[in-house]
Amino acid sequence: MDKEILIEVNKVKKTFKSLVAVNDVSFKVNAGEYLALLGPNGAGKTTLIEMIEGIQKQDSGEIFIQGKSWDGNAEELHGIMGISLQETHFVDHNSVEETLNLFSSFYGLPKSRPQEILEIIGLDAKRKTYVNHLSGGQRQKLALGVALLNNPKVLLLDEPTTGLDPNARREIWILLEKLKHTSKTAMILTTHYMEEAQYLCDRIIIMNKGGFLAEGTLSQLIKSYGEGEIIQFLVNKPFKESLKSLPSVKKVFWEIRGTKGKLVVSDITSTLPHFLALIAKENLKLLELESRKVTLEDLFISLTGKALNE
Amino acid sequence: MNNSFLQLVFLQFRSFYREPAILFWAIGFPIIMAGVLGIAFSNKEIKRKVMILGSTDSASFEKVLGADIGMPSRFTFIYGTKSQAELGIKRGEIQLYFLPSSDRITFFLDPTNTEAQNTYLVLEREFRRDNKVTKKIVVQPLTSFGTRYIDFLIPGLIALGILNSCIWGISWTLINYRIKKLLRRMIATPMKKSYFFLAQFSARIFITIAEAVFLFLFAWIFFKVQISGSLLALAIVFLCGVIAFSGLAILVSSKTANTEVANGIINAVTLPMMILSGIFFSYHNFPEWLIPVIKVLPLTMLADAFRSIFIEGAGTKDILLPSLILLAEGIVFYWIGRKIYKWN
Repeated sequence: MDKEILIEVNKVKKTFKSLVAVNDVSFKVNAGEYLALLGPNGAGKTTLIEMIEGIQKQDSGEIFIQGKSWDGNAEELHGIMGISLQETHFVDHNSVEETLNLFSSFYGLPKSRPQEILEIIGLDAKRKTYVNHLSGGQRQKLALGVALLNNPKVLLLDEPTTGLDPNARREIWILLEKLKHTSKTAMILTTHYMEEAQYLCDRIIIMNKGGFLAEGTLSQLIKSYGEGEIIQFLVNKPFKESLKSLPSVKKVFWEIRGTKGKLVVSDITSTLPHFLALIAKENLKLLELESRKVTLEDLFISLTGKALNE
Repeated sequence: MNNSFLQLVFLQFRSFYREPAILFWAIGFPIIMAGVLGIAFSNKEIKRKVMILGSTDSASFEKVLGADIGMPSRFTFIYGTKSQAELGIKRGEIQLYFLPSSDRITFFLDPTNTEAQNTYLVLEREFRRDNKVTKKIVVQPLTSFGTRYIDFLIPGLIALGILNSCIWGISWTLINYRIKKLLRRMIATPMKKSYFFLAQFSARIFITIAEAVFLFLFAWIFFKVQISGSLLALAIVFLCGVIAFSGLAILVSSKTANTEVANGIINAVTLPMMILSGIFFSYHNFPEWLIPVIKVLPLTMLADAFRSIFIEGAGTKDILLPSLILLAEGIVFYWIGRKIYKWN
């Protein structure tokens, strides 16, 4: 079955003076699909999303929203798009309801729409509260509510949960998850929270220094890294013997050669006893040990050599 | 150095000298102001005009006083009728006039106007020096409507109020929207940009009217300030003034997203006009060559038009030209502002 392509980005490039912010990237997003752009600060996520929003113009390449470029179609495209900026402030001393009414008027929506949004975002009790009196999480919910007013076919959220506490973050996730079940909205979300990409999105693009490092579903990405589990460790002196020869070890990554590293293993229960035995045999002291499932963070570190939040 | 007192002192110094905008406003701007005011009040070429009623005995005063009667000012004596003298006072062209008669010299001035008071004291001293003039000198205070300082001041303050309301109200708001990325958020919707600006202007008309009405009521109740001219003319000039300053405000707000720079630009636009345009004292104190420039500043044009309506009883015909110029200025400012407006 052919799905409707709502966002198409084709060989897009953007340079600021000597800095290549977005370097020749291409992708598509279908109706009903949630895509995450995952990457550290300065990866080019915001620049890319601003070009899709029509706020910035690419140096080369093409962007189509529902098959149309921004040239000459701005009004129509603004009408089908909902966006939330990295940090949204609204006008102080205006209530939640007044803010929704204002933005609702820009789209020419019926008077009942702000009320529906208040219920969707769970701010009905705060309708009369001034926006400058809202908490960070409430303000982000309002920003999301404003983005959802026009029932957007395309939703672009730039770091919607950055700076929020885990509870507030989870509430936003639940909101977006509900939306996924009730609408055919195509969404692009930028984030540097791996869990957020993992939780919400069908497809994840890992971005760094303006380019795409990896792209796929969560399981595809994990597979590309090496499926399995991780043994992460720190010892006081370097190993003499190679760790690769231990049973079920697929890959070895060193953070500090010889002493601090990660083993990607297919079966942790068969590797761990041999690993510990080797430590005892070489007379090393184990300072840290952690075993867990492979995450996107592991993939990211292996691709870029640094952590996502660095 | 690990003395926390010194560290705290350095903290203050650093934020002072590392911020060019602060440096400019703390050091550059006062120097510029000193220069401008210095030109206005210490220029030797400036002669204060004093009007003498009648033409009899005309040459004798200059003979008595000489071309130069010494510090602090020099005077030019002009001769005219009482109505010319009153108009001169209303427009701030002269500060006082006097009427010589057979046994006395009568000075007409507003005793609350310090400039007039000064002029009077210097003249009186010169008259009495070496008994050049032996006639009795009397002062007749000018308290009739239109000749008092307050009558000069209130129309100017209303004009200044419109300027400040538009510039601070519109520019400051829009620059803040830009800083908060609210402009960016708004243009990501199908909002019409012309509505956006028209709304700023429309709201400002009501706000400035309210501000002006309160100021006028106060002046009317406590100082008996009146509007002697046409109310229709007043409404037309007022509207054109709001258009001019709203346009200017949009232009001022068109680029910056930095509070300090915004503060600087706003002050750079408003303060010179506030000083030059003769709101608090007559711009006739500035050198002759500067006066044509001052007269075309929007604030001067608005204040002069208001004064002519309040004090001189002007009607719609009299204010047509300044109104059209203000309107044109507003449209040009707005047009340029829209062209270069930065939404991101």
